[in-house]
Amino acid sequence: MSKWIVDARDITKVYQMGAVEVHALRGLTVKIAPGEIVSIMGPSGSGKSTLMNIIGCLDRPTSGEYSLNGESVANMTDDQLAEIRNRGVGFVFQSFNLLPRATALANVELPMRYAVLNGRNRKQVATEALEAVGLGDRIHHRPNELSGGQMQRVAIARALVNNPAIIMADEPTGNLDSKSGDEIMSLLRNLNEERGTTLIIVTHDPEIAALTNRVISILDGRIAEKV
Amino acid sequence: MNFGSSLIEALESLTSNKVRTALTMLGIIIGVGAVIAMLAIGNGTEQAIVGEIEGIGTNLLFVTTNYDDVTNPEPLTIRDAKAIADPIYAPSVASAAPVIQGQVELTNAGNAMNATFVGVTEEYSDVQTIELSEGEFFSSSQISGLASAAILGTNVAEDLFGRSEGLVGETVRVAGQPFRVVGILKKEGGSGFGSSPDDQILIPLTTAQTRLMTRGIKNQVDLIYVSAIDADSVKMAEEEVTTILQDRHNIKLGENDFSILSQEVFLDMASTVTGVFTIFLGGVAGISLLVGGIGIMNIMLVSVTERTKEIGLRKAVGAKKKDILTQFLIESSLLSVIGGIIGIILGWLLSLGIGRIAAANDFLLNPAITIDSVLLATLFSAAVGLFFGIYPASRAAQLEPIEALRSE
Repeated sequence: MSKWIVDARDITKVYQMGAVEVHALRGLTVKIAPGEIVSIMGPSGSGKSTLMNIIGCLDRPTSGEYSLNGESVANMTDDQLAEIRNRGVGFVFQSFNLLPRATALANVELPMRYAVLNGRNRKQVATEALEAVGLGDRIHHRPNELSGGQMQRVAIARALVNNPAIIMADEPTGNLDSKSGDEIMSLLRNLNEERGTTLIIVTHDPEIAALTNRVISILDGRIAEKV
Repeated sequence: MNFGSSLIEALESLTSNKVRTALTMLGIIIGVGAVIAMLAIGNGTEQAIVGEIEGIGTNLLFVTTNYDDVTNPEPLTIRDAKAIADPIYAPSVASAAPVIQGQVELTNAGNAMNATFVGVTEEYSDVQTIELSEGEFFSSSQISGLASAAILGTNVAEDLFGRSEGLVGETVRVAGQPFRVVGILKKEGGSGFGSSPDDQILIPLTTAQTRLMTRGIKNQVDLIYVSAIDADSVKMAEEEVTTILQDRHNIKLGENDFSILSQEVFLDMASTVTGVFTIFLGGVAGISLLVGGIGIMNIMLVSVTERTKEIGLRKAVGAKKKDILTQFLIESSLLSVIGGIIGIILGWLLSLGIGRIAAANDFLLNPAITIDSVLLATLFSAAVGLFFGIYPASRAAQLEPIEALRSE
């Protein structure tokens, strides 16, 4: 078992855009230890979203080795990747991505519905997760009855329920006002402290990056510098 | 993901856009309703026709002349009928009734009409169910004595006298000659085959031969009804009749100058015809079910496109291909199965209505909804939902999570 929770070596990613090959990642090595809070920064087109997709197991690298929590995922099938995402990765998106028709509770339950081990009391776990993000009194509200900050809290609760090794947050404060953004950031930091969950935040906001232990800067598909 | 929660989720998704769901279902409802109603009408028609044929009499054979390709044909005669009825040569034959038929003008006090007359012997009551609402069937002395007696069908009586009761003893003119009414046939109701007894007038065969028919050969008859002793002996009786008639008509080689039809032949014919009829109706209705299925596919494709982002999210949090596939298949199957159930009810109401209309028009048709047709419609609509759901659902299942998440 590697001491790194994220262990990506010489990752390249090439997209075929019609006749043109786009090299999104050009041999990039990233190692993240358990419990770290890391931010990935870079201008648009730098390849940071591609890197996030690969770390989050939404996509496979064209070449290179990637292990998440000691499991090599480079050659997994789509369904195996789905299983890894289900139990190993929690996602927090800029636009929340909640199911509009479902209540907060049902949204938080969703990852448990697809879990292989399904013995747990889903309602109870989901309720506890919502209480942990401070929404214990909103569990039966639907997304359109919640504020932006509250919706992002629901999304964080959803990311937590399967006790993932890492939480990937893609511009988590991008659609929020600064006050809600600060609240979300401190919530994420608290979760990291209390649960030891590794936190990877993709952002282009230096203020957010400043709140993390380490910044990985990406430029043209390569690591630009380390801070 | 367990089935129960998938089902609830699918129901929620369908109820979130009620108008669209209802309109999509309407296609299936109409399709299934049409299939059910059409099959019911087809089955009802078959039952009505079979009932009609069986009503003629179960053990009956019809012997007619058949002069096709026969040199020197001989007509059927009363003597042929007598020979057929001979228990020594034809032990399987219970009775043989010669009949002559034709059109004749009937008049009574200024009312005139054309009707079918049937010249009968006493044996006629052995081979046909004769029920009289009043009077009595011809006695042997009336038949042998060339009596000018007549038994009227109810419609004939109504047309001539304006009533069908209290007519025994009245006089009716048959081709200008006075006949005494000795009986009235009970009303039989609608009939699909030939002329109904309601529209006939029965007179003694001998009287018909001497007074109404001018034929070259004496004793010639049009038809001999033969009844077998029981249903199992019909085949035997047919063979015996054939042998007797071949012998009497001196047919040693070649085609017979007569033909024998059994009820079986009519039943076969009728069920072939109604079978084709039912398949035709069902096929036409099936097309509308197909169109309904295409409607489902269409709306499911729209739904997949609309929910691309949702699919992406589900995949991101761990949904596998089969989870997404199942979700959309359950939705399309629900649409078609619920639509199918409503369609069955609609089809049932429709065929009830058609039955009522038929009854009101004095046409015997009881649309029969069979378990078979209900099962067929249910299975077929579920299959339609699955079949037309597979393409949209697999489109959804094949979506790449990143692409799907990125879509707006």
